[in-house]
Amino acid sequence: MVLCAIAFGTVPIKLADMSGELKNLFAGKEPGNIHQAVFIQLRLPRVILCAITGAILAVSGVLMQGLFRNPIVEPGLIGTSAGASLGAAIIFVKAPQFSPGLKELAGPLLMPIAAFLGALVATIAVYSLAKNTKRISIMSLLLVGIAINSICLSGVGFMSYTARDAQARSITFWNLGNFNGANWQQVIIVGIVAAIVFIISFRYSKQLNALLLGEEDATYLGVTPDKLKRRILLLNTIMVSVATAFVGVITFMGLIVPHILRLLIGSDNKKLLPASMILGAVLLVLADLIARIILAPAEVPIGIITSLVGAPVFIILLKKFNLLQQKGGYNA
Amino acid sequence: MLKAENISYMIGNNTILKNVSVEFIPGEVTMILGPNGSGKSTFLKIFSGEINKYEGNIFYNDKKIEKIRKEELARYRAVMSQQPELSFPLTVDEVVMMGRYPHFAFNPGKKDQEICDEVMGRMNLQSFKERNYLTLSGGEKQRVQFARVLAQIWEGSVSGNRYLFLDEPLASLDINYQQEFLQLTREFAKKDTVIVVVIHDINLAVQYADKLFFLKKGEVVAYGKPSTILNEELVEKVFGVKTTILDNPVSGTPLVIYHSS
Repeated sequence: MVLCAIAFGTVPIKLADMSGELKNLFAGKEPGNIHQAVFIQLRLPRVILCAITGAILAVSGVLMQGLFRNPIVEPGLIGTSAGASLGAAIIFVKAPQFSPGLKELAGPLLMPIAAFLGALVATIAVYSLAKNTKRISIMSLLLVGIAINSICLSGVGFMSYTARDAQARSITFWNLGNFNGANWQQVIIVGIVAAIVFIISFRYSKQLNALLLGEEDATYLGVTPDKLKRRILLLNTIMVSVATAFVGVITFMGLIVPHILRLLIGSDNKKLLPASMILGAVLLVLADLIARIILAPAEVPIGIITSLVGAPVFIILLKKFNLLQQKGGYNA
Repeated sequence: MLKAENISYMIGNNTILKNVSVEFIPGEVTMILGPNGSGKSTFLKIFSGEINKYEGNIFYNDKKIEKIRKEELARYRAVMSQQPELSFPLTVDEVVMMGRYPHFAFNPGKKDQEICDEVMGRMNLQSFKERNYLTLSGGEKQRVQFARVLAQIWEGSVSGNRYLFLDEPLASLDINYQQEFLQLTREFAKKDTVIVVVIHDINLAVQYADKLFFLKKGEVVAYGKPSTILNEELVEKVFGVKTTILDNPVSGTPLVIYHSS
């Protein structure tokens, strides 16, 4: 799967060349020809970043759905994605007016940092507005999430409207997600964050299971729901906003992967978290492959693929889930 | 021993509980009775550690509840709440295993598995093991939840006593399982367990309880052995229902006949 994704593309790379290339890389040699350069500098980091991002989005979907005890929740719901969009949109439109010093200081990381901050601010806003008298109600979190999303997206709309055509196009493009600019620096940053968050969230899988019984019964099993919610939300926000900051908004992954897996292996988070990590990675790499070859040599934004394939799959799942409901399936 | 000392609790300006003091003794089954909104469930949530903003003190064997870590308490205190829900499909044995969560870090041990099997056997759930919990009937769900709660404190704790609190556990059970539940609860009491059950049926309470505890408008009306405290005046005072109390010809305990209003 991954090999396929690396092999196909505008510049095809032979499988046989890959192993030799990797040896060169580890031996510290410079890539010899254009194929090798494409492989090492473009294709490989792209596929790896894509896999990590897919894993992040899917795991985040599992965490959010477990936390909200609702099967239709995804990372975008609590402001994270919309906040990142707004951050990025502001940079697209306003960056040309910034002083050269600031541009130099942040360099190519300026946009990811803005997106990350946007995501963080929006999520914290949702979280603190939804919180009343120390308790965090699921319902108010969702409702405030809708409101904050709407504010952020109207901000993005305003930015696009006031922008020049090229900038507006960049914003639209960013909101559809793409792995065009993937490089090793991004792979390392996203990879480290993902590794840390995955390990910590796997350790919470038992507590997340207990939470499926409701907060009161989880308390009786020794879980402190508010503490758990705060930690998971924080982990999730960091992970999703870091990924979104580099690759833009990719929808439906966090929704569909956990759904498919719940039908296949049930809802035990101990199995669900690692499984969604793998399936998320595989599906997003596949989506990126399609995005690259469908209009080759041009590229389709990956968000178009995930939505186009994801939405119908989601509808089929919902239909099936109605059937399940008659038999007593989900009842959230 | 479980001791509640001058417990008062308010929501806004409404007094839910007012100066409730009581001692529940290991080996005894205490049934809490009272009209709707008398504070029964709230009281249970306070002494089981779910609600923590109240006035007064709760002691587990002379240790204040605030001094006990939640994870530790969960190893010897189990609670069956009124409506245990489940938001995603899990199999019956996965739900019962949740009862063992306080006892293992990541993977259940052999002991945990044995306990789950034993409890499921007791509740006639072996044939349900692989079933999706969400496809079960109300009564079947209640049996699974009861199995989960029993599995949580199936073994004795290091500190001695165990605590089992049930909030209206009989709601959707047939008469066979009502008896089975209360019978198991009685057996559990023998293992140095403090047992407190919120219940509506006075006759079932009398049949299985060592002590009755009557609450009305957040205040204690009576606490003691059924044979000593139960009479027509008490029931009318608490519930506003006229009754005649006879001797049960089978068990010899009091038998309450309700008059139609």
